[in-house]
Amino acid sequence: MKKPANALKERRQINSNTLLLLITIALFFVMYIAGMIAYSSKGFTTVQTLCNLFLNNAALICVACGMTVVMLTGGIDISVGSLVALDCMVLCYGMANWNLSAPAAVLLVIVIGVVMGVVQGFLIGYLEIQPFIVSMAGMFFARGMVSVISTNQLSITADINQAFYNFANLRITFPFGATVNRQGVAIYPYIRLGVVIAILVLIVTFLILRYTKFGRGLYAVGGSEQSAAMMGLNVKRTKMMAYVTCSILTTIGGICFCMNGLMASTTTADGFEMDAISSAVIGGTLLTGGVGNVIGSFFGVLINGTINALVQTDGRLASSWPNILTAALLCVFIVLQSIFAKIKEKSK
Amino acid sequence: MENNVVLTMRGITMTFPGVKALDNVDFTLRKGEIHALMGENGAGKSTLIKCLTGINDFEAGEIRVDGVDHPVKNRSTMDAQKIGISTVYQEVNLCPNLTVAENLFIGREPMTALRTIDRRKMVKQADELVKRLDIKVDVTQNLENYSLAIQQMIAIARAVDMDCKVLILDEPTSSLDDSEVEKLFKLMNQLKDNGVGIIFVTHFLEQVYAVCDRITVLRNGTLVGEYPIADLPRVKLVAAMMGKDFDDLAAIKPEGFTYDADAPLEISARGLSHKGTIKPFDLDIHKGEVIGLTGLLGSGRSELARSIYGADKAQTGTLKVGGKDAKIKEPIDAMHLGMGMLPDDRKAEGIIGDLSVRENIILALQAKRGMFKQLSRAKQEELADKYIEMLQIKTASRETPIKQLSGGNQQKAIIGRWLATDPDFLILDEPTRGIDVGTKTEIQKLIIKLAGEGKSVMFISSEIEEMLRTCNRMAVLRDGQKVGELDGELTQERVMAAIAGGDSK
Amino acid sequence: MSALKKFTRSQLFMPVVCVVLVLLINVVYDVAQGRPFYEFFRIYLSDAAQPVLQGRLISILNRGSEVAILAIGMTLVVSASAGTDISVGSVMSLCACVCCTILAGDMAPQTTELAVPLIVGILGGLVVGCLCGAFNGFLVANLNIQPMVATLILYSAARAIGLLVNHDFIIYVRNDTFALLGGYIGPIPTPIIIAAACIAIALLVLKKTALGMYIQSVGINRKASRIAGLNSALIIFVCYLICGLCSGISGVVASSRITSADPAAIGLTFEMDAILAVAIGGNSLGGGKFNLAGSIIGAYTIQAITTTMYNLGISSAVAPVFKAVIIIIIVVVQAPPVKAYFARRRAAKALPTAKKEAASV
Repeated sequence: MKKPANALKERRQINSNTLLLLITIALFFVMYIAGMIAYSSKGFTTVQTLCNLFLNNAALICVACGMTVVMLTGGIDISVGSLVALDCMVLCYGMANWNLSAPAAVLLVIVIGVVMGVVQGFLIGYLEIQPFIVSMAGMFFARGMVSVISTNQLSITADINQAFYNFANLRITFPFGATVNRQGVAIYPYIRLGVVIAILVLIVTFLILRYTKFGRGLYAVGGSEQSAAMMGLNVKRTKMMAYVTCSILTTIGGICFCMNGLMASTTTADGFEMDAISSAVIGGTLLTGGVGNVIGSFFGVLINGTINALVQTDGRLASSWPNILTAALLCVFIVLQSIFAKIKEKSK
Repeated sequence: MENNVVLTMRGITMTFPGVKALDNVDFTLRKGEIHALMGENGAGKSTLIKCLTGINDFEAGEIRVDGVDHPVKNRSTMDAQKIGISTVYQEVNLCPNLTVAENLFIGREPMTALRTIDRRKMVKQADELVKRLDIKVDVTQNLENYSLAIQQMIAIARAVDMDCKVLILDEPTSSLDDSEVEKLFKLMNQLKDNGVGIIFVTHFLEQVYAVCDRITVLRNGTLVGEYPIADLPRVKLVAAMMGKDFDDLAAIKPEGFTYDADAPLEISARGLSHKGTIKPFDLDIHKGEVIGLTGLLGSGRSELARSIYGADKAQTGTLKVGGKDAKIKEPIDAMHLGMGMLPDDRKAEGIIGDLSVRENIILALQAKRGMFKQLSRAKQEELADKYIEMLQIKTASRETPIKQLSGGNQQKAIIGRWLATDPDFLILDEPTRGIDVGTKTEIQKLIIKLAGEGKSVMFISSEIEEMLRTCNRMAVLRDGQKVGELDGELTQERVMAAIAGGDSK
Repeated sequence: MSALKKFTRSQLFMPVVCVVLVLLINVVYDVAQGRPFYEFFRIYLSDAAQPVLQGRLISILNRGSEVAILAIGMTLVVSASAGTDISVGSVMSLCACVCCTILAGDMAPQTTELAVPLIVGILGGLVVGCLCGAFNGFLVANLNIQPMVATLILYSAARAIGLLVNHDFIIYVRNDTFALLGGYIGPIPTPIIIAAACIAIALLVLKKTALGMYIQSVGINRKASRIAGLNSALIIFVCYLICGLCSGISGVVASSRITSADPAAIGLTFEMDAILAVAIGGNSLGGGKFNLAGSIIGAYTIQAITTTMYNLGISSAVAPVFKAVIIIIIVVVQAPPVKAYFARRRAAKALPTAKKEAASV
């Protein structure tokens, strides 16, 4: 086939998956702008509102990236919520009661994350046990360990660990987009370190998925495990590493979560795993594996966050509405996915 | 090792618990030859190949590969690939969700200085590779956008590019049409000229004679012999595979088994069609008739049958069954009208793998009776035993999961499933694909017998010879359209001419 | 093959071993505590005015009812669609809310009188359960959506809708007739009777009709089943419908137990227990062949584990850790590579006798 040399560049194909991603991104902007119009009087238009969206969802962005990685292999990890809770608890309790320094505590939770990931990954990858069951056990285990450590609600104050406290409260202020408060003082929008970490995690995960052997291996395994093995990929190890990656990203998310809330209890991050899964699904990642990317999941998180923010801003709606709205949105998206899949099948 | 020999296997012996799968088998492959490995199902072809590629572990014997100075014992397909032995299977082992380029280079991607994948270079190399092998694809497209034949060639390209000395093609042509097979053969010959030794496993005798240089025949796990192609005419090959002189294949059809236009109609289709697969067609099928559907793969043979059966619901036209108007929306409707259909893809649409032979046999009858009229266990066992006996299904017991049976026996069980429903009109789509010669003849005889009982059979096969032996009329399809019917004296020339176009009258 | 060997290879082997193990732990603990070894099995009548059956065994059977009922539906769903219905816990909660809201009528959020006859409330709950099941079934069967994703919708929505139905309250229906469902009929705990009835009906249907084979057939190969004359979509739909109904029944029983509908508490993590029951029962979560008896035994095993842990003095907050460990042990023992390893060792021991496997080669 003769083609001009410049046609060799990789072409972006607009298939149904990319289309869904575009819909997701468009939906986020539509929702956000609609919110700005509807709730302009309640301060939804400020830059800080957007910053808050990131502030509140930094942890979820990290966790959703991790979830995307395992979902690409066709697996699932429902232990992430509990792991976030465990991370928070270890950080709080460790610094308060074991007198751990901030770096030591952070190192400890990362070790916990890696161990969780390795154990789950080994069981799933090498012993071929269903991801759902393994991570369910992981979920019970992590949530149980939280209670073993403490059933009280703990928090981190400046007295307990000055360094961590300062670190968590470090504000990165933007030099623009200021709002003027009643006293006439200009308040500039700010984010915290957690947001920076989350964005870094997002970029790094994106690059890993696209430009490394491991990343492409995840897609290959998700596309066809048997074929991947035939082509010489170490499927077992790839799967295990997916769970290790997920646990590490989740742990980073857990640290962000702790930095945002500075507290821990047995109910911390309850239902977080489902938020992460629904974000990934809304972002176009298929649970069957092989299709999806973290950019989609990122916008999935933002959509989830925007719904929460809108309901909160409104203030009149019952507390159950964010859940119902997210579920409805999820419903719309998976029905769309299914319709696209059907069209694709028919056109074949 | 001789100069031009690339692979020798000597005295390979391997036992599965209780059964000797391979007994002292020798095999030699030379550089730049296409070597057919022939044998009936269970003769040990796959086992031998699996010993070579490291999937099975052999107990005795020695494998030597050119360029390796010690006996080879592969532990995995990866080991095999490292020393230049690659395998391409019938089911393509590539990832459909990745691009062609990625599929060609996965596991050995060109890297940048930063240890990341150099995608640009990968695409460039991939493009050069497919151009060199004359495969017309855009390497940046996802593999799933291409036909099975192209996918198979990509798999071969991948193997070739990995410096393979021995290329094993395991039933590569089963799902390709003639023109695609042609392309594949061209590629094989090109590789042969480059000095690659190719082991070609196939059930299609014609293809062996079209492309191979040498034949090794196995029977019951033992070596029958190795022959240059010229020394082993077709009849002798079949005899070597079967271990006996084979009945004259043409003698199946009884005297007077010809088309009778006056026999009562079983099926009468007018203007039936399914969008995108089969254009509107008219077709009459009489009682006691074996009608063959012929045409190239993808010409709409299967699709025509499927639209009658309701597997793909017909969107236009009318259908009369036994003289009465019939509305068929789902296969079950067709079944209630006395139809049955053996689909061409046995694995995807035929067997229920984990269910027992018994359950697989009674499934259609049970479905026809409805959920609430369960067949008694005794009745189920009686039926299962009847068809296991009648079709000589080789199975450990009637409760063995059907997936453990060999392909031919699975096929027989599915045929048993339909016979159990006592159909008036049975569609058999490629019933003999991937089946050894002996079983093929049995199935052909069965078809004739059914017709003798006044039933109608629609028979679809890629092998024209086989159709000539069994059918008394043929409908010819081309490009999704029924283009003609043939009756009277059916000869290969007439059928070929009709398939190819030109005058089919 | 000897009967023993046959049993060790059967699907019910593992669940039965689990039960026996749990019983053993109890017996050993009891003896160590100076109680008679049969303490665990002791069933006695309480000395209240209306004597009821008591004892640990009864408690396990009683408390395990909801999960056992859920396990019926879950087994069918897993078999037919190769996926799990993770919405059952949430749907339970929603059904409980609907049931109690109907029963309380205008007197919500607290009542001792029933606003409508009991049966209306129960039916209300069950109908909602069926609707949820039908919703899930439609998504999975007709739109071909992966079961976990499809049921994720109701997993997050049903509990929230329940809260909405309740107007953010916990609805109390402190009525003796209503309490009967979660209480006692004569000396026997009602949930045991309800669960037994559900199990009996399910087993009877599976025995007397071809539904079991249909479901397995569809679960193993949906396309082939259709060609063989089965309405695959309908069968999958029916499984989800049954699962929804089971959630409804469980939800009503659970709310009757506490004579209230607390959306945040009812059915919490029950989906996990139900799925676990199916897995412990030796059923593959990948669909296909199933064994209902295994799932039921699995359900009661889970309850037995929980009860045992309380008995051993492990706090309810810590219990999940042990549960996790037990789950892992059970699944590891059943994992294909582990099984294959033992099979290889067995085969190495008994090379000449194992002719059966050869036939499969």
